[in-house]
Amino acid sequence: MNTNKKNSKTAPRVDMPCQPPDRRRTNFEEVALGYTQEMSMREAARCLRCKKPLCFTGCPVEVPIREFIGHLANGDTAAAYAIIKSANSLPAVCGRVCPQENQCEGKCVLKAKGRPVAIGHLERFAADACLSTAPEPRPAKTGGKKVACIGAGPASLTCAGICANAGLETDVFEALHEPGGVLVYGIPAFRLPKTVVAAEIDGLRRAGVRFHLNYVGGATVTIEELRKSHDAVFIGAGAGLPNFANVPGENLLGVCSANEYLTRANLGHAHDFPNHDTPIWPGKHVTVFGAGNVAMDAARTALRMGAESVRVVYRRTRDEMPARHEEIEHAEEEGVRFTLLSAPLRFDGDDDFRLVSVTLQAMKLGEPDSSGRRASVPVSGKTSVLPTDLAIIALGTRANPLLLAATPDLTLTRRGYIKINEETGETSLPNVFAGGDIVTGAATVILAMGAGRLAGQEIRARFAR
Amino acid sequence: MPTPILHKESLIPGKTSKLLLHAPNIAQKARPGHFVMLRMHAKGERIPLTIADADPKNGTLTIVYLVMGKSTTLLEALKVGDEIQDVCGPLGQPTRIEKEGNVVCVGGGTGIAAMHHIAKGHARAGNCVVSIIGARSRELLLFEKELSAFVHELLVTTDDGSYGRKGIVTEVLRDRLANDPGISEVVAVGPVPMMAAVAETTRPFDVRTTVSLNPVMVDGIGMCGACRVTVDGKTKFACVDGPEFDGHAVDFTELCRRLTAYREQEKHSLELHEKTRS
Repeated sequence: MNTNKKNSKTAPRVDMPCQPPDRRRTNFEEVALGYTQEMSMREAARCLRCKKPLCFTGCPVEVPIREFIGHLANGDTAAAYAIIKSANSLPAVCGRVCPQENQCEGKCVLKAKGRPVAIGHLERFAADACLSTAPEPRPAKTGGKKVACIGAGPASLTCAGICANAGLETDVFEALHEPGGVLVYGIPAFRLPKTVVAAEIDGLRRAGVRFHLNYVGGATVTIEELRKSHDAVFIGAGAGLPNFANVPGENLLGVCSANEYLTRANLGHAHDFPNHDTPIWPGKHVTVFGAGNVAMDAARTALRMGAESVRVVYRRTRDEMPARHEEIEHAEEEGVRFTLLSAPLRFDGDDDFRLVSVTLQAMKLGEPDSSGRRASVPVSGKTSVLPTDLAIIALGTRANPLLLAATPDLTLTRRGYIKINEETGETSLPNVFAGGDIVTGAATVILAMGAGRLAGQEIRARFAR
Repeated sequence: MPTPILHKESLIPGKTSKLLLHAPNIAQKARPGHFVMLRMHAKGERIPLTIADADPKNGTLTIVYLVMGKSTTLLEALKVGDEIQDVCGPLGQPTRIEKEGNVVCVGGGTGIAAMHHIAKGHARAGNCVVSIIGARSRELLLFEKELSAFVHELLVTTDDGSYGRKGIVTEVLRDRLANDPGISEVVAVGPVPMMAAVAETTRPFDVRTTVSLNPVMVDGIGMCGACRVTVDGKTKFACVDGPEFDGHAVDFTELCRRLTAYREQEKHSLELHEKTRS
């Protein structure tokens, strides 16, 4: 075991093979191709097996990382998967979309040398290898207690997985026609293949979770009704309502929210129109506003839809971009250009009400605000015109009012999200829990899963046996 | 969950039909003004349709559609006993219905079916409902019988004069407003130009005017903003803020133009479907 220590100091991190940029920008297949078993063993051997590992403290669902990597180093993938699955109900998803650099890998002691263990890549390898074959735990029946989860995104799926595995009868109510939430309508297939999401959800079905699709929380079924039919309710309905920039011309044809663009492309398979029925606005010269992961996903999708040029416009500088570095790099490699310190001033259309250009306002960085982030302020009189026939707005989302308006006795925060007890995940209504974006505002898949886990464990403690 | 079709009635052969669906969860909650999103098959798009009637006791929903493109062509091809892959709802804000006196409900084309549910709500609330419906000619007129069952007065127009009064609904509406000062609200559902014309007709009389808008929708639950409309200078999402708005505040020109967004793709999709079918 000590030999690892020497080895890891010198051995380079095993890079994950990727589709070359010039090829991948023309298809929707996954960009990162995954480790082979040999690669996984080589990378796992770099782990120092710290006596007091910090890596798992960086993981919102506290996967026992040292332990699963130990099994991978020995080539025992099935044992590694079983350990991961004990803490994480969607490892094939997390291994792909978590910002590991800020989480588990950010705490890895090898980070000091700049080369933390590729924990995400290893988690993905184990999950991909075992996903469709591993037996789901057979839950013991415990007295017929029932749990309802509203929404079928990462928070609810995690909560539902924990409850079902504890033997609780678990129902998931989803408004759209497919479960998965942002995993199916938001994150594109080239980052997260839909077969992977389907396999994870199939695993939950085999564990006994019942999915009720086309059920809108607050409309088809209310929280009050679910409180009567179930012992506990978990609200994981997300924060789907998109922000617009509130500038003139925003309703022109050819201006849309990133949610609309990505929902058409991913859930509606609009890239395969007319084989699939959902159309999408064609863009030769595409401008995406915002610089989060959603903006990168929209920009890279537009390239694959056949755009000649795609530009991301951001009002701050590269250092402030909220997207993962890996996603920004992938976008750049594929040919996405960046215009920084600029914000939309107005959208300009032709006689047919179609977008032809966007007028940009030059910005500069001002003083840091209370959160420490520097403000973006206009440079007076400095504007420019960017020819654009498709503008995609990726400026964040707000709480969807649908469910909240239908449940007036839920206590909300000042920002309009659901207020919870941080220790238990419980809302102001007894045995009604909430987690994910509907509590925090738009955040990450893994933080939503962490919130789903917290509530799931509390529900398990209260109602399983 | 697939939703079975219990009854089908062709209202205008090949063009407009009425379906009775078994959808107890939706029927229980559906109120006038609500709509559903439908998806016809695994590769289908999501389309909005207004709920024309709901029977919570029997768990049924009535929808009426105009065959316009591929999705409604697929819908028209279904028979009693067939199933619609996905039906989601009830969506949108229900119609604001209170006892207010005399209400005029104007309907045009397929919009008459949606208007019918709203008019029924007003009649049940104890309002005196006058209904004005119009079509190009007699055989294109919908829901005359259904409306007659509860409205206090039914006024019919046809463009060609083949039935009722010759002309358009706004002419009858203007006469009514001029002669009857007691009208508290006008509701209009139909093609955008008709709703815009109703709003212009009522504006000088300063009568509250409610219109039910029909923009392009994708999810129908407030996630995307495809259905955004400008009302009183502000952007609203028709699926969660509407679909009913103050007709005097709606930017109808913008709505008309936004409805053309996918016209070429819609045409292409339908042509391809018809080619492969024949």
